[in-house]
Amino acid sequence: MDLEYGPEYDAFRHELRAFIDAHRHLAPPSADRAARPSPASVAWQKLLIAHGYAARTIPKEYGGYGAEPDILKSRIIAEEFSRAGVPGGLANQGISMFVPTLLELGTEEQKRRWIAPTLKGEVVWCQGYSEPGAGSDLANLKTSARVEQGEFVINGQKIWTSTAKQADMIFCLVRTEADAPKHSGISYLIFSMDTPGIEVRPLKTMTGHAEFNETFFTDVRVPVDQIVGQRGQGWFVANATLGHERGMLGDPDALENRLQALITLMREERIGQDRAIDNPLLRDRLVALQAEVAAMKYNGMRILSNSLRGEPGGMAKLIVKLQSCELAHQISALAIDALGELGILYHHSPRERDRGAWQWNYMFQLGLIIGGGTAQIQKNIIAERGLDMPREPKVAKIPDAGQKSTGMARQKQGAD
Amino acid sequence: MDFGLSQDQRMLRDAVSRCLADHCPLDHVRECADRDSTFSDKVLHALHALGIAGMLVPEAYGGLGMTLLDAAVVAEQLAYAVAPVPFLASHVLAPIALSEAGSAAQKARWLPKITSGAARIGVAIAETIEARDGAGVASTAGKLNGTALFCLDFEGADAYIVADAGGRLHLVDAKAPGLETIALTTIDRTRSVGELRFEGTGAEPLIDDGGVTTARLRDAGRVILAADSLGAGQAMIEKSVEYAGQREQFGRLIGSFQAVKHMCAEMAARHEPCRSLVWYAAHAFDAMPQEAALVACHAKSHTGEVHRFVARTSTEVHGGMGFTDLLGLHYWFKRIGFDRQVLGGPETVRAEAAALQGWTKAA
Ligand SMILES: Cc1cc2nc3c(=O)[nH]c(=O)nc-3n(C[C@H](O)[C@H](O)[C@H](O)COP(=O)(O)OP(=O)(O)OC[C@H]3O[C@@H](n4cnc5c(N)ncnc54)[C@H](O)[C@@H]3O)c2cc1C
Repeated sequence: MDLEYGPEYDAFRHELRAFIDAHRHLAPPSADRAARPSPASVAWQKLLIAHGYAARTIPKEYGGYGAEPDILKSRIIAEEFSRAGVPGGLANQGISMFVPTLLELGTEEQKRRWIAPTLKGEVVWCQGYSEPGAGSDLANLKTSARVEQGEFVINGQKIWTSTAKQADMIFCLVRTEADAPKHSGISYLIFSMDTPGIEVRPLKTMTGHAEFNETFFTDVRVPVDQIVGQRGQGWFVANATLGHERGMLGDPDALENRLQALITLMREERIGQDRAIDNPLLRDRLVALQAEVAAMKYNGMRILSNSLRGEPGGMAKLIVKLQSCELAHQISALAIDALGELGILYHHSPRERDRGAWQWNYMFQLGLIIGGGTAQIQKNIIAERGLDMPREPKVAKIPDAGQKSTGMARQKQGAD
Repeated sequence: MDFGLSQDQRMLRDAVSRCLADHCPLDHVRECADRDSTFSDKVLHALHALGIAGMLVPEAYGGLGMTLLDAAVVAEQLAYAVAPVPFLASHVLAPIALSEAGSAAQKARWLPKITSGAARIGVAIAETIEARDGAGVASTAGKLNGTALFCLDFEGADAYIVADAGGRLHLVDAKAPGLETIALTTIDRTRSVGELRFEGTGAEPLIDDGGVTTARLRDAGRVILAADSLGAGQAMIEKSVEYAGQREQFGRLIGSFQAVKHMCAEMAARHEPCRSLVWYAAHAFDAMPQEAALVACHAKSHTGEVHRFVARTSTEVHGGMGFTDLLGLHYWFKRIGFDRQVLGGPETVRAEAAALQGWTKAA
């Protein structure tokens, strides 16, 4: 264990603080959650990359900063942006999920073509995985692609496609080998959302916004070389991306930012004469969450260290998505409670706090407990892969619909 | 001893349930939620035809003279149907305030109109529990000054009953000069709250009983919110069980996974005792005054916690579908969110419960 921030790190922190002070007027507002980064966000992102505060370890030839991985420096970057209340580097499905997948499994040409504009926030990606019949059971996907004159011809439907409306590109799972077993008939294609035959229908969610969409494909033609990995190996590529998705959804720095916002809120918000943070019950919940966020932060440092040593992430990594998404939800829950009746204000109400961000987060983070592999699926993975427990027996019986509902019918509204 | 609803109460429940099934399908709730004024006249009229408007108004004023337990039975059904109608303040708290602390003239003027559905009164007592944003109302010489936040059943009210800083209640006409009203919007589009700003606004005080009636309103309000939470939780559990019995993944009904069954079972196990607690609390309000405040606190804080759990767990059982607007599950989710925060969140209410039992050190 060596966590000494020696003089080199002090200097790094010092430089970074000076950078933030000098440039913070250029930073876009933190609450900007637009799927397509605004021009100000793109400019900010480019500035951060140029100084090595975003895309830090991505090779220069692909548009990154090209530094050696250094956990303490990453930590310092996260801490300083969070402390300053200034947004750090962008995180979206392209940057956090697709770029690392390409770095691992893409061709040289794909890396050169796609990584740089994605990192800058100029090319926005969406993820075409889930289908109406394929959520937790993703490998059950039915969207098909047949090959015709050097092109894949895609037909089918995706659902819950986040940001499909704003995206330029999609990474999409399709079934290319109709006769192969479930997991080995899938390919991972990348194509433009402007390709003819794609229709995107926004889906309104519980937050009142349309964060995701249904995406329909009718004879969508895509050149056969727009594939990551080999034909039929899409499941493997998809899982690489899913791993990065879980890392993104479990990002401890994002948790730390929400926690800081919560602390600020509880110091400013008044209940009668007192600050919310003076209330011992609310304060106790806050400190409990703070400890949990700290644990996840150090867990993240440990995972990074392991991976730099070439060791697998193990249990420390398997639990990240489950724990972090729950924690993020709980942070918002406490904010709502600390706000009392003000906590339910929404839809631009007078007296609403932080533009309704706490309620939005409370709901959206519940969505993220479901998205990217539900909490229940995460627990199955932790038990089966992390703890080596026996798998659930496969019982493929579906009782016939006519019989089944009788028992429940008057359980409804039941009791007298 | 007989713990449970009477025959009449069951009939009331079934009648309200049928009425809402007929007049308040989810599509109608959506329609109302998407426009500016949220309340549904159609549903309200149908309920009034059952006598709901005057259920707590004494018979002497044309009402049904029913109990808070009766009102709790109705509240549960309203939430079960996520009905966008005024109830808590207009049909429960205002009639209680007027019949317990109104002058003869106030009773004669308002109670018959409440019964007929011709008038509605909003109620603003949030600041007697905890003041936010420096809100609070001062009364001097028949005039009110200050701000009352979270007036319940705000939209379309003809008058408001407002608690001042000393806990005394005042009746203010909605059109009184010096009164400014501002609608607030919450996550829950099926109920209406607003802000009242007073500047030398004329008001009629209710009887000065040292805050006794205000405390009664707090208790009654908490019981009704708890009953509401109960109805919304019931709906969410039923929907979860139904969905788990239809949705297939991995070639199985998801309800056949223990993980999903356990989610449903845990919801049921935590939810079911709430029903008894709410009934007991409502009955205590009606018949056991020495216990009423404490069990109202328990009912409010406990349902607040249990149904927050039910709301999120039910959403999880539905997977991505639960997060969308497609099934409308979020209407119940938000109703539960509202019930939890209004008239004191769990922490606040539990602190009161402790104080009621002398468990807090005097400051
Ligand atoms: C906010 C959000 C954003 C999303 N963004 C995207 C996106 O950009 N692209 C994309 O492709 N998809 C996206 N999704 C979809 C997401 O990946 C799926 O919703 C998720 O995988 C669950 O699938 P489902 O919705 O079909 O639920 P189901 O799989 O039907 O699950 C329903 C319930 O059954 C349980 N269950 C299912 N199988 C098992 C099992 N074997 N053991 C125990 N329990 C089980 C689940 O845990 C859940 O509680 C998003 C979802 C959300 C909520």
